[in-house]
Amino acid sequence: MKYFGFIWRNVWRKKIRTSLTMLSVFVAFLLFALLSAIGYAFKSGEDAADAERLIVIDKITLINPLPFAYKNRIAATEGVHSVTHASWFGGYYQDPRSQFPQFPTEPYEYFAMYPELNMPEYQLDAWARNRQGAVIGRELAEQYSLKVGDRIPIQATIWTKADGGRTWEFDIEGIFETDDPRGSTAYLLFQYDYFEEARAFGKGTVGWYILRVKPGADPVQVANAIDLQFANSPNETETSTEAAFAQSFAKQFGNIAMIVSLILGAVFFTLLLVSGNTMSQSVRERISELAVLKTLGFSDRSVLGIVLAESIVIMLIGGLLGLGVGWVLVQGAAKAMGTFLPGMFLSPTATITAIAIMIGAGIAAGIFPAVKAMRLSIIDALARA
Amino acid sequence: MSEVLATLTGVSKTYQKGKESVEVLHNLDIEIPKGDFIAIMGPSGSGKTTLLNLLGGLDKPTSGTVRVGDAEISSMSNNQLSRWRSTNIGFIFQFYNLLPVLTAQKNVELPLLLTNFGSAERAHRAGIALEIVGLEGRTDHYPRELSGGQEQRVAIARAIVSDPMLLLCDEPTGDLDRETAAEILGLLQILNREHGKTIVMVTHDAQAAEFANRTMICDKGTLEHQEAV
Amino acid sequence: MITIKQIIAVTLLNLRNLPQRFASSAVAVVGVAAVVLVFAAVLSMAAGLERTMLSAGSDNTAVIMRSGATSELNSGLSNEQTLIIGNAPGVLKDGDNAIMSAELYVITDVKKLSNQTDANVPFRGVQAGAFEVRDNIRISDGRMFEPGKNEIVVGRAAQQEFMGLNVGDTIRFGQTEWSIVGTFDAGGSVSESELWTDVRVLQNAYRRGNSFQSVRVRLESPDSIETLRQALDDDPRIDPDVMSERDYYSSQSQGLVQFIKLIGYPLTILMAIGAVFGALNSMYSSVSVRGKEIATLRALGFGPMAVLFSTVIESVLLALVGGLLGGLLAYLAFNGFTASTLNGQSFSQVVFDFAVTPELLMQGMKAALVIGVIGGFFPAIRAARLPVAQALREL
Repeated sequence: MKYFGFIWRNVWRKKIRTSLTMLSVFVAFLLFALLSAIGYAFKSGEDAADAERLIVIDKITLINPLPFAYKNRIAATEGVHSVTHASWFGGYYQDPRSQFPQFPTEPYEYFAMYPELNMPEYQLDAWARNRQGAVIGRELAEQYSLKVGDRIPIQATIWTKADGGRTWEFDIEGIFETDDPRGSTAYLLFQYDYFEEARAFGKGTVGWYILRVKPGADPVQVANAIDLQFANSPNETETSTEAAFAQSFAKQFGNIAMIVSLILGAVFFTLLLVSGNTMSQSVRERISELAVLKTLGFSDRSVLGIVLAESIVIMLIGGLLGLGVGWVLVQGAAKAMGTFLPGMFLSPTATITAIAIMIGAGIAAGIFPAVKAMRLSIIDALARA
Repeated sequence: MSEVLATLTGVSKTYQKGKESVEVLHNLDIEIPKGDFIAIMGPSGSGKTTLLNLLGGLDKPTSGTVRVGDAEISSMSNNQLSRWRSTNIGFIFQFYNLLPVLTAQKNVELPLLLTNFGSAERAHRAGIALEIVGLEGRTDHYPRELSGGQEQRVAIARAIVSDPMLLLCDEPTGDLDRETAAEILGLLQILNREHGKTIVMVTHDAQAAEFANRTMICDKGTLEHQEAV
Repeated sequence: MITIKQIIAVTLLNLRNLPQRFASSAVAVVGVAAVVLVFAAVLSMAAGLERTMLSAGSDNTAVIMRSGATSELNSGLSNEQTLIIGNAPGVLKDGDNAIMSAELYVITDVKKLSNQTDANVPFRGVQAGAFEVRDNIRISDGRMFEPGKNEIVVGRAAQQEFMGLNVGDTIRFGQTEWSIVGTFDAGGSVSESELWTDVRVLQNAYRRGNSFQSVRVRLESPDSIETLRQALDDDPRIDPDVMSERDYYSSQSQGLVQFIKLIGYPLTILMAIGAVFGALNSMYSSVSVRGKEIATLRALGFGPMAVLFSTVIESVLLALVGGLLGGLLAYLAFNGFTASTLNGQSFSQVVFDFAVTPELLMQGMKAALVIGVIGGFFPAIRAARLPVAQALREL
């Protein structure tokens, strides 16, 4: 647009002031990028979920185990297509502080339940044949430089072995990947049969059940039907969709979304004050210049537009830089905190939201000075000068 | 008898100052011929600047009509006036009123942003205007790098770049020393005599008025002719 | 000294015409206030959590669990093993009886008062020595439960945070009903987030046979933990981890507190940087507005140092006002605010208070001070260097 050169010069009228304002904008959007990535991570369980899969856990708490005997009863419930189970092993490999999940489960059933997981057929078969076999995700393989054929010892923190030992050894029979862009592959699966045979206590139980509903069946109805079966028993169940389950798990930490919003609210409130002040000063200094523009024939509305454009330009430059640097930092943070808080990511939605905020904030910061400029009486302004 | 460029008919202008109304112009009837160079003198508060504002469409009369060229500007809306002003009027102020963030060249091009001309065309026309005012060499300088006289030349170039029919000057030499003032006034004369621009100049300097074709005295809201010597 | 008098004079002059520069000064103040507010909010959360989780830790008590268990939930001890522990050297005795409490806990479901969402709360079975092995704990309301009965005493924090836990209430967990007969106060420690009952009754209700998860014993002295550890390690019938209670809670709270600090500190630093920009902006504009006045002062003979210092002082004063404002807001809004979050180790909620302590507010003021100094320094240099003649021309 031909006015851009003019607008640009006006923006840099007072270099230090504009730079400092842009830096404030930069910081605000850097924070936005980081906080939205964290919020995204907390939501990633929810978003990766499949709408047709349900999770059955103990009603009181996830960590109470469920009887293995429930499996057939769940399978027989109306609307259930297939069911399998998994449990939380909770051990560590090498360093107690960097843990990754291990789940004992049924090989063929699990991969049928999670079709987004891909592994060569022969590897799945090899695992199923080897009681002490395990398969790991690609992320895990890369992080620890593991490959098929390696023997991996896992130290148990919960599940001592019947023979008193705490080291569980597994042969890696396969490496799997996922189609789901938000799914993680930083975990290990091994055979429930081995788990059941070797553990010292808790036999006959599983951590939770995973089931798929028949096409056309209502997940809510199926969930209720399952929970009804086990109501008033010593192990009451709570069945929910995968998404709901992930959500309720994240909620246990606290209302993360709200905390993030509050902090960002404080940040942007301050930002608006700073930019609003800058724009006010900028207009105040230029009263006579703006009046001259009007004498030259620039309409009231165009003067409004020019001031708003300046405000928006400042926001866009500072903001895009902040987002850019934020994006780089998020990449780094995601690698550093990968096992601890997986899924940190600056999503396209967040980026678009940020840009919309930049424009909105530009308008908000500039609107009062811009209207003042628009309403300027040429004569009064020139007489003052 | 040359044709008339601007006519004020029965024009009065009253301002509200708190509870009092002050009548600045009283029932003026004036005709400004095309190609004329008129100096308007008078004590301060006499309404001469108001008269200039009315001619330029910056203000509207309380009563009466103002006609410039084919347009009855006293009945136009603000938006219409803006558009009209951009092609028909050139203003020259006592304190130049150049934009400090733009070079001389860009200052002169400013009114052309309101037209459909491309950037090459705008630069070309601004270049011509700057030549006319004798400032070709300093087009890349910022106002703060120019002397008072040079700034006023840039301002004049800006005023003529869209080829307006009427130039309105408000104390154009008020901030200049004698020598530079004479140069600027000489330039205005050239614009009038060689380029046919109609000029109305408000001044309190009798020497400046001598550069014009005729002088009018504005006093207590009325205007009286005074023939040039 | 002449210079100090000058500085004071110029500073007072600056402050006197501050109202003229109200808008930009206000922006600087608000900027600093926002930083101190967020700083206080985040750190008071960390401080509150830390206080809750660490204050339970005594050096005079040892916590014994099965070796390798990272928390009580993962641990398992037999009745026989608890007796062995009780008889071991290093354990403080009252006559013939060891001062100890063998315990286990289960997770129960209650609703939060604030939004009625479900929350998991630890339900702990304790022995008679439970109050003696812990520091700073007493029944504050009602009475202690009677052994053998389905009676519960509730921690003060749990009572405030969750529904239906008042003295006199009855609560149902699974098939069993329990009556709440008392409240205990544990000095704000993590125990206050729990429900307690007689361990035998709990074992029975949850079909745990005669198994326990942990044993707490009073030590003869903090040093006798070594004796105890040695003796138990040597005993082939038991494979324990022996830790002082302080160390145990320290390891428990690591994850969560570190996480908050990991997020909180960088966040606050970033905001502080933003506030510095805001303050710089303010002070630069202040200096430029005062240009003529500064030049006049200089022409009158005031030295450049007076101008420089007075500018920095003005910036610092504004920042301190902002700091006070932010701190006050934080105190009013957050202090004592109860929240709960997931304790990854116990997999249940830990209730804590936001603790806006004087130390925290001091830290906030220090941050404000730093922002004020930086925000004023560069503009001050510009102010001091302003060539007199040029500035006077801007009249």
